[in-house]
Amino acid sequence: MPLNIPQDSVGIVKSNCIHFDEALTLRSGKVIKSYDLMIETYGELNADRSNAVLICHALSGDHHAAGYHDTGEEDEKPGWWDNCIGPGKAIDTRRFFVVCLNNLGGCAGSTGPKSINPATSKPFGPDFPIVTVRDWVNSQARLADRLEIKQWAAVIGGSLGGMQVLRWAISYPQRLRHAIVIAAAPKLSAQNIAFNEVARQSITSDPDFHQGRYYEHGTYPKRGLTLARMIGHITYLSEHALRGKFGKDSLKGANFGRDLRSGKLNFEFGVDFQVESYLQYKGESFSTNFDANTYLLITKTLDYFDPAVDFDGDLSQAFSEGSCKFLVISFSSDWRFPPERSREIVNTLLQAKRQVSYLEVESDGGHDSFLLNDPRYIKGLSAYLSVVADECEQAAGGSHAS
Amino acid sequence: MRADLLIIKDWIDSGSRVLDLGCGDGSFMALLKKEKNIFDCGLDVDPDNIQKCLEAGVNVIEQDLDKGLPNFSDASFDTVLLTQTLQAVNRPDLLIEEMLRVGKNCIITFPNFAYWRYRYQLIGKGRMPVAKDIPYEWYDTPNIHFCTIQDFDALCAEHHFKVLNRRVVDDKHEHSSLINLWPNFFGINAIYQITR
Repeated sequence: MPLNIPQDSVGIVKSNCIHFDEALTLRSGKVIKSYDLMIETYGELNADRSNAVLICHALSGDHHAAGYHDTGEEDEKPGWWDNCIGPGKAIDTRRFFVVCLNNLGGCAGSTGPKSINPATSKPFGPDFPIVTVRDWVNSQARLADRLEIKQWAAVIGGSLGGMQVLRWAISYPQRLRHAIVIAAAPKLSAQNIAFNEVARQSITSDPDFHQGRYYEHGTYPKRGLTLARMIGHITYLSEHALRGKFGKDSLKGANFGRDLRSGKLNFEFGVDFQVESYLQYKGESFSTNFDANTYLLITKTLDYFDPAVDFDGDLSQAFSEGSCKFLVISFSSDWRFPPERSREIVNTLLQAKRQVSYLEVESDGGHDSFLLNDPRYIKGLSAYLSVVADECEQAAGGSHAS
Repeated sequence: MRADLLIIKDWIDSGSRVLDLGCGDGSFMALLKKEKNIFDCGLDVDPDNIQKCLEAGVNVIEQDLDKGLPNFSDASFDTVLLTQTLQAVNRPDLLIEEMLRVGKNCIITFPNFAYWRYRYQLIGKGRMPVAKDIPYEWYDTPNIHFCTIQDFDALCAEHHFKVLNRRVVDDKHEHSSLINLWPNFFGINAIYQITR
């Protein structure tokens, strides 16, 4: 943990592993007989269990969304959404009981390709079945059962997390009161799938991949996973964000972010520009902390997401049931899931005569904006959730646990 | 609460679906929700207004009225509101057509440009009118399509819009016998409820 934990942090947190023995039938028809889900919770569940909020993570996230693990490292980084979860923050842990999990197929402790397959006593590797957003949400509903949460005050997620939120409103319309969908899309575009395919090809063509059985070879496809993440990372940022990051030496990024690493061109095929070493650093550090099979699996989960398929392509039919309210947020510079994709969601909800609010935030941060501290975004999210918390407290008889 | 809104409130049915175009801070929708249990949906483009709507717990969608309402289906709302905004849109006639497509009826309020004081400023002083209800100079005004009560009546006649209700009021939103006598001369604000 860092020497000084900030006042508005949830502080030191512990993860919990929850075991499920009931078999889960997946959309593919395959069955996972039993599984573990790693979770973290922050805040207190109120007496009528009505103030629970579920956080759904995106591609590289996990159950550690806020606070610090007691790792003993001074420069320990907090959870991935620590800027939004904590006492007094947008997702206020003084008012909400916040639940976050590592999804099935993940690599942060929940059952996934890295786990031991009881049938073979070896890691599942490529034998781990492909799970879909729907399967995830089914497993999350079981988690809610286990925590005795009948209805979430809100289910919240950005990017792939936002897709899980949409799925919640479709699969379990009675089990949530608010759905907050940030920087998401109703389904991936051909361009999105194309980027995912390049990422997958770079992993599977790495000689260390061994058809996904690299654990047994005592190695892992470091180069492939690094490359996959480098590609992904470019799509998460806007051009403007890259210019700003690597144009500091010049006036206001006027050199288009072309800052050199060593002040001169080398006339070799090595690194000349800062952006190159930055991407390599990002990719490599990711590759040491993430499992390549999970990366493959989750890119497929993204590609397969299309809740309209069960409704003859008419997504508004999918939202015909339930009464939860929606908040949809997009960011102007997000070119992975641009505002028009969020407007598709909004328009679908309007067609379904659902209650929806929509914010289109002017931001330079690209897709990653949903993890950043854009003031308008944070203020809007806080305001919406503050009303949600008021509702919980009014329903609980005005017992405000301040 | 703006006085024109208090008049409109009585024209809106309890439990109806209300779309408020240019909904501002959402306070009127909040009032309608509380008193008339409406299904609320507001549109605005101003970030501060949108923030206030979120704080008030009303539904608000960031959307530009000048791009029409293509994402709203026919007759999906009971009432579509446009209060003190008509004069600021690019094509008021097209927007009203859109409003009547989406709503079963529309309520529109606008400042009457033929009010005698405005006429005096233009004819007597030779200057564009500036007043409490129209506080902008000609160069910085968002109001690009001023009209008079007679203009609006003519538009309704040409487009076959049926006027269900009309109130013409002064700056305190009160009615008077003078306004009754000559609304296009003494009326400051016009409030119309129209349908097809």
